[in-house]
Amino acid sequence: MPVLQNIVVAIRSDGDIVSARQQGRSLAAAIGFTATDATLIATAISELARNILMYAGQGEVMMHRAEISHRKGIVIGARDSGPGIRSIEDVLRDGYSTSGGLGLGLPGVKRLMDEFAIESQLGQGTMVTVKKWLK
Amino acid sequence: MSSNKRSAIQEQRTAAQSTELLQELVAHLRQNRTQLREEWANRITEARLLTAMTKDELFAEATSVYDNYVEALATGTFEALQSYARNLSERIIPRGVETHEVVGIVLLLRDVLARSLFAKYQGDFTMLNRILDAYEPAANRIANTVAVGFVQERERVIRQQQEAIRELSTPVLQVRERLLILPIIGVIDAQRARQLTEQLLRGIRMNRAKVVVIDITGVAAMDATVANHLVQTVEASRLLGATVIVTGLSPEIAQTIVTIGVDLGKMNTVGDLQGGIEQAERLLGYKVVPVADTASS
Amino acid sequence: MEVPILKQGRFLIATIQAALSDADLLQLRRALIDKVIHFRSNGVIIDVTALDVMDSFATRTLRDITNMIRLRGADTVIVGIQPEVAFAMVQLGLTMEGVATALDLEEGLEHLQQRAAGKI
Repeated sequence: MPVLQNIVVAIRSDGDIVSARQQGRSLAAAIGFTATDATLIATAISELARNILMYAGQGEVMMHRAEISHRKGIVIGARDSGPGIRSIEDVLRDGYSTSGGLGLGLPGVKRLMDEFAIESQLGQGTMVTVKKWLK
Repeated sequence: MSSNKRSAIQEQRTAAQSTELLQELVAHLRQNRTQLREEWANRITEARLLTAMTKDELFAEATSVYDNYVEALATGTFEALQSYARNLSERIIPRGVETHEVVGIVLLLRDVLARSLFAKYQGDFTMLNRILDAYEPAANRIANTVAVGFVQERERVIRQQQEAIRELSTPVLQVRERLLILPIIGVIDAQRARQLTEQLLRGIRMNRAKVVVIDITGVAAMDATVANHLVQTVEASRLLGATVIVTGLSPEIAQTIVTIGVDLGKMNTVGDLQGGIEQAERLLGYKVVPVADTASS
Repeated sequence: MEVPILKQGRFLIATIQAALSDADLLQLRRALIDKVIHFRSNGVIIDVTALDVMDSFATRTLRDITNMIRLRGADTVIVGIQPEVAFAMVQLGLTMEGVATALDLEEGLEHLQQRAAGKI
């Protein structure tokens, strides 16, 4: 599967969050996503990038176009070497995502995208991978 | 030499032989192109496949399928065949060609070619076996590639058509200035609900609507996911400064909404569409005058 | 990038640009409160028409701004949320409860005027 346009954005300051979501939106538009879906993708990136900044201090957001059996889409990875997540179950439970902003908003990000995966090791870091496919 | 190394070499040798054999059979198929293609076209007609096409069209398509088939055998790669299959599907689907026809003609071609190989190598049984061993996996892969390409294209077309139908069947109506009505009828699935939300929000912005009446009288049932979408639609509309009135809420749907944890008291609901419109007009500051009071001339 | 804040009578209008960082939002919060005090404004409009993404931080901060401005006796209304942005917000679960919203500047001004008139 050819990987085209792999973009990596270092997240070290809040300006990088803006940069990451703007690049995400451009990539989404280039892949052919509608304005609505591009906004969903940009919003998800914003949340993931902010999590990195808030909980790990720094990390990176990677994004690229994906194509599997003629299905086209976007893959986004948010990675950090921060403290890791103690209980993934807790963090994925709804109620952690409401506008109070408590917690990581991950259930919300999951709703925005088609596929969601998370790996985390205490003391080592966290990797969140999300995908969205063209309808 | 270790046995691993020996079997690796053996594998390489078998692969090389296979390629050689395929090249030999490709040469045979190219040499006999004219009569094999004709035989195949006849078998297609006999089997009453591709009846939507004229004889000339059939011949033209048969020629390019044949050539692409042999090319795939020759190169051992299938990307070109995949794009060809997609192009072919794009052309013939609007003509009404069905999946079983496409699968049918490819299998017929496989058979016609196999028989021709039998005929050529029947004198040398060992050789025939080796040729068939090389041919069969490749032929099956070709049949699969073409069939899958066709089915995917067909599914894409169906999706497009469904989308178009959905768009047509969910009009957002501007009834008065600043008032929109969205009557929802029939079965809604998550995708349609999502599309409705998008259309409504765009409508609110375009029409500068302050009140929206969503009428779900015509909706028989709603699962939790769709009920959730309805609630989200109400919330999103509010973000655009519009008030939403939901009318025609059946007891069952009301129950579903309560079950997903939404406080129905927070939602603006009215029994029927007429009542909803009246309340909307009140919210907008229109004076609601009963028909009997209007001046008669 | 500093967010421009204009005075319109008794109201303030802050117009947000697309590339709004967290620091910009916090700076806006400070600036608005300063100006509400300085001008004794009755109301504030925050125009987010150009904002491409509204995430949890933006929502939280806008809510903070609304609450802080309310402490000075003034109303806040957020205007210009785009349809796609509203859609993404509700999917994410951000509802901005307690924050007034209106379609655009015109509606926002009308809202503030009604609120000002309603208060004695």
